[in-house]
Amino acid sequence: MSKEIWIFAEQENGHVAGVVYELLTRGRMLAEKSGYTLCAVLPSAAGAPLHQELFNYGAKKIYNLEDPKLETYQNDYFAKVIHELIEKEKPEIVLYGATTIGRSLAPTVAVMGWAGLTADCTELDFDVERMILLQTRPAFGGNIMATIICPDHRPQMATVRSNVFKKEKTGEDERGEVVNVAVDLSGVKERMKRIESVVEEVNTIDLKAADYIVSGGRGIGKPENFKIIEELAGALGGAVGASRATVDAGWISHHHQVGQTGKTVCPMVYIACGISGAIQHLAGMQSADLIIAVNKDIDAPIFDVADFGLVGDVHEIVPELTKQINAYKN
Amino acid sequence: MHIVVCIKQVPDSDKVTIDRETNRLNRAGVPSIINPFDENALEMALQLKDKHGGKITVISMGPPQAEEALRTALSHGADEAILLSDRKFGGADTWATSYTISLALKKLNEPVDLMLFGKQAVDGDTAQVGPGVAHFCGVPMITYAKSCEVIDGGYRVQQVTDQGYNVWEIETPAALTVVKEANELRMPSLKKKMAAKKAEIPTWGAAELQPDESRIGLSGSPTKVNKVFAPPVKVNKEILSGEPREMVKELIFKLRERKVL
Repeated sequence: MSKEIWIFAEQENGHVAGVVYELLTRGRMLAEKSGYTLCAVLPSAAGAPLHQELFNYGAKKIYNLEDPKLETYQNDYFAKVIHELIEKEKPEIVLYGATTIGRSLAPTVAVMGWAGLTADCTELDFDVERMILLQTRPAFGGNIMATIICPDHRPQMATVRSNVFKKEKTGEDERGEVVNVAVDLSGVKERMKRIESVVEEVNTIDLKAADYIVSGGRGIGKPENFKIIEELAGALGGAVGASRATVDAGWISHHHQVGQTGKTVCPMVYIACGISGAIQHLAGMQSADLIIAVNKDIDAPIFDVADFGLVGDVHEIVPELTKQINAYKN
Repeated sequence: MHIVVCIKQVPDSDKVTIDRETNRLNRAGVPSIINPFDENALEMALQLKDKHGGKITVISMGPPQAEEALRTALSHGADEAILLSDRKFGGADTWATSYTISLALKKLNEPVDLMLFGKQAVDGDTAQVGPGVAHFCGVPMITYAKSCEVIDGGYRVQQVTDQGYNVWEIETPAALTVVKEANELRMPSLKKKMAAKKAEIPTWGAAELQPDESRIGLSGSPTKVNKVFAPPVKVNKEILSGEPREMVKELIFKLRERKVL
């Protein structure tokens, strides 16, 4: 029997979360290198439709776990069924989205099975000599990168945030195997119950979906200066981002925070204004297609990841950029 | 009501720099603080105690100097503190840390009604120890709690999610990890500050916790650090400088060339 790589196929309101397809896309590369079989693990309410898309993104096998108690996430139920399936099938690797759900489930399952777990990986690769997963993430408060391995325990588990890997289909009509797994939750005591779930409208352009993001850091000087950031974002039809330092200082709401402890974004263009570029911040934006940095300090680490660096005063350059973009668009 | 708050002492990460030559952290002179999210867990405990009475115990695992973080927690209003420290605990990853802390929770004389953690620590950013300890202790757990009120037989908890929030009811004893939006830690009182300085803080090591020694420290940790490196640098970059108007003009030209504008 071939060894396996599993992707936890998280669902939100009947839709599989986008990060699952990103993980499947990356999982294909890992499967190719390792020779393991790429599988999706899909807990759902009984009678829910199977998701063809999981095959289209590269899953060769879907473990289908159905039970009315799996309709919405509940840590006790999900951890039990995933743990038991891991014990039975012994996958080599299990990957989860670093979502609210993944960040509850993965650590619980790791503790249950004495498995290694690496949080918020920004790179996953496979070492074919040692046959182990290489899990890279920012460490020490995001000041440096570390590659973590799990030599002696299985499965090797990792969480990855959305927008870290790109998603790419292999086709529209891909076929694979469906394994229906018997689930029995009748003996599990209900220790917690979700009584309400609310989706909030956030009154800003969604950072995760934006094509253009303009972010401000400490270098903009004071909270009022987010106005020039907003104006540039407005001219581009984009969203406003912020560094951790400005959020911690109370200059702007945490909804705008980009970075390891904020949001991970992948826009077409990312403009960093007055952001020095701690790895903590870079971890959240370095997969943007094009990065523009505006900073007066030419030694700032943000210039290491930038495609275009503008060295100079943010307060002069940013309004000038807004002005010229508006002129160009008109 | 007995609430245990688990805290971690972390370096003030904004002040940590790396030596680009050696890839080592320049930690000398960097101040240590209570992990900011753990402050929110502590304040949640204090507010519950204000309303319902009871006792707050703070626990921290770390080197001997982590005692300082515990004294700070006492000065804000926690009642008792315990330090988990032993050379044998060194090198623990989140698995071994969760196991070790859970042994301390089980050893407490008074039964625990609620275990609170910050949503994650800002040095490791893993968010794994809270859920791990909860499982080892056999209690149900909710992550990203913004509020917690006592109801009959348990708690009603508001959980922040990626899209909004959930409301849960969870039976006691329970564990929660707490988000920043929950509250802001109150100031320490002078009286409590004085008392905290003199407080007896017991240290529990392997002798007290009697762990399965294969499950603590480095040997109990499934994950290992393979290598540490500075992030890669982009090679094909263009640095523009000079007069802002000309610089911006050139940038816009290049953006149009790349068809991103």
